[in-house]
Amino acid sequence: MTMIFGVPLAVFMGQLMLGLINGAFYALLSLGLAVIFGLLKIVNFAHGAQYMLGAFAALLALEYLGINYWVALLLVPLVVGGLGMVIERYLLRRIAHLDHLYGLLLTFGLALIAEGSLVNLFGVSGSSYPTPAALQGGINLGFMFLPTYRAWVLVAALVVCLGTWFIIERTRLGAYLRAGTENSALMQAFGVNVPLLVTLTYGFGVALAAFAGVLAAPLYPVSPTMGSSLLIVVFAVVVIGGMGSILGAIITGLSMGLIEGLTKVYYPEAANTVIFLVMILVLMLRPAGLFGKET
Amino acid sequence: MTFLRKTLASGIALAATAMMATGAQAEISDNAVRIGYLADMSGTYRDLAGPGGLVALEMAVEDFGGSVNGAPIEVFSADDRNSADVGANTVRGWFDQENVDLVAGLVASSVTIAVTNVLKEHNGLGIVSGSAASSITNEHCTPNHIHWVYDTYPLANGTAKAVVEQGGDSWFLLTADYAFGHALEGDVIKVVEDSGGTIVGKIRHPFPTNDFSSYILQAQGSGAKIIGLANAGADTVNAITTASQFGVVQGGQQLAGLLIFLSDVHAMGLEATQGLLLTTGWYWDMDDEAREWAERYYERTERMPTMVQAGIYSSTMHYLKAMEEVGTDDPMTVKTRMAGTPVNDFFSRNGRIREDGRMVHDMYLAQVKSPDESTGEWDVYEILATIPAEEAYRPLSESQCDLVQN
Repeated sequence: MTMIFGVPLAVFMGQLMLGLINGAFYALLSLGLAVIFGLLKIVNFAHGAQYMLGAFAALLALEYLGINYWVALLLVPLVVGGLGMVIERYLLRRIAHLDHLYGLLLTFGLALIAEGSLVNLFGVSGSSYPTPAALQGGINLGFMFLPTYRAWVLVAALVVCLGTWFIIERTRLGAYLRAGTENSALMQAFGVNVPLLVTLTYGFGVALAAFAGVLAAPLYPVSPTMGSSLLIVVFAVVVIGGMGSILGAIITGLSMGLIEGLTKVYYPEAANTVIFLVMILVLMLRPAGLFGKET
Repeated sequence: MTFLRKTLASGIALAATAMMATGAQAEISDNAVRIGYLADMSGTYRDLAGPGGLVALEMAVEDFGGSVNGAPIEVFSADDRNSADVGANTVRGWFDQENVDLVAGLVASSVTIAVTNVLKEHNGLGIVSGSAASSITNEHCTPNHIHWVYDTYPLANGTAKAVVEQGGDSWFLLTADYAFGHALEGDVIKVVEDSGGTIVGKIRHPFPTNDFSSYILQAQGSGAKIIGLANAGADTVNAITTASQFGVVQGGQQLAGLLIFLSDVHAMGLEATQGLLLTTGWYWDMDDEAREWAERYYERTERMPTMVQAGIYSSTMHYLKAMEEVGTDDPMTVKTRMAGTPVNDFFSRNGRIREDGRMVHDMYLAQVKSPDESTGEWDVYEILATIPAEEAYRPLSESQCDLVQN
């Protein structure tokens, strides 16, 4: 059997595959953060809670309204994104002219409220969300047994990531967005409704988090605390990629998934820390992040 | 003569003062019994003890009548957030400001070990109900705490032994990388090897871990017959769900959960957990006495109690009864009386407190029912065997505790 650093090739390939899948998750979540920070300069600490709300909404929709997975995948991001727009319009806008720290504190507070209320209502053990019938079972790749659902997560996350990148960097709407955040007074003089754009952008970022939440629901127990542990890692990914860089978030997300995956094979004790080590290294060598512009 | 009389008189006066002093000591200090409940109220371990444990504690206080020899019982609680620092500082504050008599709850083993050091510094008393690490009454034993419900030794002894006897003789262990996981891992390895099995590999994963896919894949690749889960709470739940996604059981391997709580099985559902062997210190449906208490608990919380929550009631009751009998809240006097009284109630059978602080009692080997066998939401275990108290726990002859004369 071929061995790579003392690990059989098959196991090694399997780990790379899993790393890629986790990386796609990181990419999807850090993308939402990067969009919100890059365009609105809001450090959205509620991102983890919004991801969790996505998963919870899918679970409750299934239990009480009988809404199936595929409908939830479309509907839940809209609903949670709408909630995000309300938050932006009535809370974040009031402090938009203040230091970033205020936005961070506000969103962090909202996250704690959302998490705490759900813990009170549902406890922390969480419940499981059934895998949709069409995606049950698995594919034997020769080197590993890959559950179909995980393959689907990889594809869905990548498609959404690339689509978002395309909209923001390559379309007229994206150009308006970027210009609006660069110089909002000038854009408003051109007749573009900048406040509306800002609200929509925040809503979109939140919808991305909720989408990731629905994707995660059949994989992990749906519990109120599922977002908070992920949030810190995702922030590290955004910092490594360069705050606000869209492509940076996607590429860094995937590569951090891979690095974490390999750590789980060679030194599992450090699996939760390795991303932060990379972050420290990057901050020392390139303070603006791998893909960030020096300011 | 005068000299003699004077000496005698002062001697009597001294003796009288001394008697008065003991008289004062034999009462309950500042005329209140203060019980502080420390547990994870919001994190991974919330559902196995948490707010439900506090309800159980309050039930015990109510059933006891709310006061000991006229001194009212006060209960307060704090969330340790699974942090040893937060836990130790909270309890230090309770000693300095609240004059706490008993620290109850105590869940994550790392928090418990830190708290028992504080108990020792302040000569207080703690009853550990939620923690699993057997080291708490082994190398970390103090005269100031009692370990009530279960520990890693009977978990390993009960489950691992039964699994090896059924032919599961090669093991791969997934261990939570902290005090409790290490203790459980050590105990399991010993039991598996002593029963003729082998350990083919192990992984220590960070606590807590969300994504187990990588570890499950490695365990699958190891070729071991049994994947042993030396972790608890949400980690165990995550590991079992992931294993079912990756077709571990279909691939011919079996899972052995070493620490499974009722709340875990309830959360995962019987479809994912059926057939799982586990060791438990108590089960709500094991007999009439247990059922009767569990029903009362259910009325308040709409959940069936875990063994930890039941143990909190049982230990608090035992403590309050002992205090009433000795008439003082002096920790060592109460503890000595507790240790001198056998523990037999709805929770504990053939129970007694040993000199290392371990409360040994009968343990049970159980198997999770299949969805067809279950008659209700909480009807999840079938009790297969009783493990007698004296066989279940680590024998004192193997103890490394300073309090045990070997």
